[in-house]
Amino acid sequence: MTLRPDPTFHATAQLAMQAPVENHGFVVMLSPDGAQPDGIAVVDLNPRSESYGTIVHKLLMPNRGDEFHHFGWNACSSSLSPLSGHAFLERRYLIVPGIRSSRIYVIDTKDPMDLKIHKIIEPEEVFAKTGYSRPHTIHCGPEGIYVSTLGGGGVDGMDGPPGIFIMDCETFEVIGRYEMDRGKQDKHYDFWWNLPQDYMVSSEWGLPPQFENGIVPEDLLSNKYGHSIHFWDLRRRKNIQTIDFGENYQMALEIRPAHDPKKSYGFCGVVVDTTNLQGAIFTWWRGEDGTWQSKKTITIDPRPEDPANLPPLLQGFGAVPPLITDIDLSLDDRYLYVACWGLGEMRQYDVSDPMNPFLAGKVELGGIARRTKHPGGGDFAFGPQMVEISRDGKRVYWTNSLYSTWDNQFYPGQEGGQMVMAHVGESGGLTLDRDFYVNFPKGHRAHQIRLEGGDCSTDSFCYPNV
Amino acid sequence: MMIDGSTLTALWGAVILSGVYHGVNPGMGWPLAVSAGLMDGRHRAMLKAIGALAFGHLLAMLAILLPFSMMTALIHWETELRVGAGALVIAAGVYLLINRRHPRFLARVAPSRLVLWSFLAAMAHGAGLMLVPIYLGICSADLADAGHEAARDLMGQNIASAFFVAFAHTLAMTVAGGVIAAAIYFYFGLKFLSRTWFNLDLVWAFSLILVGCFGVYLALYGH
Repeated sequence: MTLRPDPTFHATAQLAMQAPVENHGFVVMLSPDGAQPDGIAVVDLNPRSESYGTIVHKLLMPNRGDEFHHFGWNACSSSLSPLSGHAFLERRYLIVPGIRSSRIYVIDTKDPMDLKIHKIIEPEEVFAKTGYSRPHTIHCGPEGIYVSTLGGGGVDGMDGPPGIFIMDCETFEVIGRYEMDRGKQDKHYDFWWNLPQDYMVSSEWGLPPQFENGIVPEDLLSNKYGHSIHFWDLRRRKNIQTIDFGENYQMALEIRPAHDPKKSYGFCGVVVDTTNLQGAIFTWWRGEDGTWQSKKTITIDPRPEDPANLPPLLQGFGAVPPLITDIDLSLDDRYLYVACWGLGEMRQYDVSDPMNPFLAGKVELGGIARRTKHPGGGDFAFGPQMVEISRDGKRVYWTNSLYSTWDNQFYPGQEGGQMVMAHVGESGGLTLDRDFYVNFPKGHRAHQIRLEGGDCSTDSFCYPNV
Repeated sequence: MMIDGSTLTALWGAVILSGVYHGVNPGMGWPLAVSAGLMDGRHRAMLKAIGALAFGHLLAMLAILLPFSMMTALIHWETELRVGAGALVIAAGVYLLINRRHPRFLARVAPSRLVLWSFLAAMAHGAGLMLVPIYLGICSADLADAGHEAARDLMGQNIASAFFVAFAHTLAMTVAGGVIAAAIYFYFGLKFLSRTWFNLDLVWAFSLILVGCFGVYLALYGH
């Protein structure tokens, strides 16, 4: 509890864009075979610093095999609504779940050069209090910290559907399930919301047996991964509408609502269309009659390739699918960044008109059967994956690993963790910074990035831009 | 009976002042009015939200004051009642000092239900309780003024006083909060939201204790 609101809380997205820029980033370090503990790396992002673009501090966990993936802050700009009743929280703790172990670490970042484990929530507590497993996305909101999960109960996570649970934002106690009426929702991945408009949107990846030991090609080709998004009455905790994109739109992952809460639209990335191997982005919005609508507004074509150059999984197709594994929207709601993890591309779409996006910039790096090197000369394992945008929208950071077992299937024989950065042009366009290239310590891959003071996939704003 | 005109003026001043105090506190809701105005893109939405917040607050004040106004019929127990009320307010302050957590159920209220939210927020933070010792002081002054009348008339008068106190307090709160909301909406912009927001939790709890002590003192030594 502080006397004044945390200076990194901003009433509007606009104010967040004008705030001081990030000085460091926190990046997940993942040991793909569990030989070492997973950890959090602190990367120096201050260009005037001597250690700029290097890992300046690491915190490894006391356990192995957690499989870190996504993580998030204990508090964000959503605290600035009187409705939440906790305006004086500090943005200080990172909530880092292990999606394989279901263990959750609360990490104190008060001194970024000396991270400390503040609390460990053991898997048994998560299972007992929620009936869920495999915690994933973290958002801070009205009732505390919301955590999405990928699995239900039981050893294989198949006992009941996965969902969201709530944690206390001060004590980090697991409180219990979020859902009161989940409707058709039976799989889970990402979620985000619009707080003043009081809705939430959630998405679907697949159930634990469909991802933990690698992608299951038969399930993919028979369209058994998730292909729906769900709209919720946020505070009534009720699923009010489910939109099925169509069963061929396999793995509807990242949900990115417009940051300006006055707008009632957002985007969802679909990994692969099984009819043609395209990647797709859907725009969803609230129609005149109040019901939710969606439309496919971006498609990205696969690239034909000699099967000899392809991993066994893709040889039968003779093509590289784009594999849209992450998307991120700049705080001005102007650019949507689309990671094509298969192709080896980071794309920048101008989504000023969310119904008619157009390609504004593109960078090639890594990729299946391509392995484009970084302009600085370094190798880039796998493809561009988890992407994070600076608050001012001028710098785009990304890393390369998707998920341990999937990396191995799509990029057999490759290894490594890299983080890179690209500059955004005044009127769009994307250029890799040849000097910014963070090579992770041997044995660790890199996954989600969180920027000091918030970033473009963290904060929920309660007041519209003016 | 020595409550004089200046004490009465001071008591009414306290009613107004506590209203201003509640009104300027962002936690009592004025930022929601700014948000409503901006979300809707119309001034009228802001005014409507201010009205909703005010109505909820008024109901919360009445919900606390009216039961006390019933009890003032027991004029022979007046001192005991006022000491008890003061002790209750002190207890609420001490409770808020110890339990610094905000009730999570408030976060379950939808942003569109501002009357309900304002009512519950005022109840949860003991905003109505803060008025009780002041109100009872005013009733006692009225009693002194009127001399011994029939208990029934007295109670009617005290109920009317409860409405007056609640109205005056809510009006002060609404004007104070409304002025800040309008200033931010029309002139200063939302960056002043976080700059003008102070953590008043401790001040609030101590205010309750202070007002409670004052009520007890007034009951015992005020006449």
